[in-house]
Amino acid sequence: MARAVLPGFRVTMGFTVFYLCLIVLGPLLTLPTPAASLGWSGFWDVITDPRVVASYRLTLGASLAAACVNAVFGFLVAWVLVRYEFPGRRIIDALIDLPFALPTAVAGITLTALYAPNGWLGRPLAARGITVAFTPLGISIALVFIGLPFVVRTLQPVIEDLDAEVEEAAASLGAGRLQVLVRVILPYLYPAWLTGFALAFARAVGEYGSVVFISGNMPMRTEITPLLIVTKLEQYDYPGATAVALVLLIISFVLLFAINALQGWSARRLA
Amino acid sequence: MSNLRRSTLTEPAPLRWAITAVVLLFLTLFLLVPLATVFISAFAKGMQAYFSAVREPDAMAALRLTLLAAAIAVPCNLVFGVCAGWGIAKFDFPGKNLLTTLIDLPFAVSPVISGMLFVLLFGRNGVFGSWLFDHNVRIVFAVPGIVLATVFVSFPFVAREIIPMMEAAGNDEEEAAAVLGAGGLQTFFRVTLPNIKWGLLYGVILCNARAMGEFGAVSVVSGHIRGLTNTLPLQVEILYNEYNFQAAFAVASLLAFLALITLVVKAIAERRVEQTVLERTEIRLKPDPTSP
Repeated sequence: MARAVLPGFRVTMGFTVFYLCLIVLGPLLTLPTPAASLGWSGFWDVITDPRVVASYRLTLGASLAAACVNAVFGFLVAWVLVRYEFPGRRIIDALIDLPFALPTAVAGITLTALYAPNGWLGRPLAARGITVAFTPLGISIALVFIGLPFVVRTLQPVIEDLDAEVEEAAASLGAGRLQVLVRVILPYLYPAWLTGFALAFARAVGEYGSVVFISGNMPMRTEITPLLIVTKLEQYDYPGATAVALVLLIISFVLLFAINALQGWSARRLA
Repeated sequence: MSNLRRSTLTEPAPLRWAITAVVLLFLTLFLLVPLATVFISAFAKGMQAYFSAVREPDAMAALRLTLLAAAIAVPCNLVFGVCAGWGIAKFDFPGKNLLTTLIDLPFAVSPVISGMLFVLLFGRNGVFGSWLFDHNVRIVFAVPGIVLATVFVSFPFVAREIIPMMEAAGNDEEEAAAVLGAGGLQTFFRVTLPNIKWGLLYGVILCNARAMGEFGAVSVVSGHIRGLTNTLPLQVEILYNEYNFQAAFAVASLLAFLALITLVVKAIAERRVEQTVLERTEIRLKPDPTSP
């Protein structure tokens, strides 16, 4: 057991587990308590209330739409950044992380100002009969902004690792560029692509700050689930807020589990 | 033959230009235009209005609270990240994967739920609520709650950056140091830290950006008391909802500026991390000159 040469396992691991329990696990485990006062039927009534169901549909639908847009454009962005040379490539590459670094509230007010009916982008769109702000479309645009780096950053290293020899082999055996792309490159990228998509989707489902400004927050129409939780909290309806939060949390944990499985699959494929 | 090869190894030039143009248009629309909008709107009424909005007492109070929350959250999560990195990367034990997944948990929790956890624990009707009320201790709708929520949302950043780096570096150098008689702390500061310093900086800067920029979680625990429990992002929201757009964007520009600094430091740190990894693999791969 050569590893035991190094000291400090007990101290560091002890502190790690203690701090994890204190800050994360402890608070998370007490979350279901207020919902228990509802009983099963009360709990079911809260989480299947039409207004709540409408919010799930909107949150999941807008997140899915945004993740799909990000999957397509994220792939193109990653491909261009890795494979093509053009002036300003390094700056653009650094800028991809802007949605990670920019506080969500800033993103929220900025996108709303841009896409409002009198905004720079909202006015020309309104002239063509497209309203963005205060509609599900606006919510999706905010979620595209938030999710973009996930797809780009998961795909970039995998595209960098693509072995040119495999492409050459396919080409010398007579495959055209499209065939190489569809039969050789895409199957190789597939697990990482799906991981990026799932990460963007998972982030979008819980997102709050960038969405509340542009969504307009009309019950049944543009009210996302995280906002509904806040509304219930502000009305001191702790059991109701907890019940809806549990549903959202379960969706998030299922996604986290799926992402872990995908990453394991991706790592095995690339090994 | 070489012509054929080139044409099948990359896309035809017109297609390349078209794809690049689409990508640049998309990024301009989704990243550059919003970023520019923040600064243009902030200065829409001139320098004077900008500086008076930024120097306004409530904005200054919000800035102080934001700095305070980050000044507590970042060091706490830094110490945690280093401990978790040492324990997880340098030793083998059962349940390692589970522990790594649990550390990432705050990323999977909606910010709103993160804040709510602390309202449920320390709020008036919460688990510890009546005890705290009897002893006149305020956590929720006060500064401690904001700090707690900030610690929670910025929890995994340092740990998740340095665990893979420490794992990749291996144990050889630390074991050599230990065998030569170095103590634990000496080994860490003299041997481990120089290898991971850029990764550590990278984690700290991401942790700090999240700590200073968090909105949802902090919004739930703050109670929005002006000048007392408002952080910069909450101040932005208040000003915006009062239709004071120029002031809202002026305060937002401080946060956008912070984001730009984060991106620059991140780009530098990332390049240094790559260099360190390259140098290390070169040393390992260098052929032994004494062997035939």
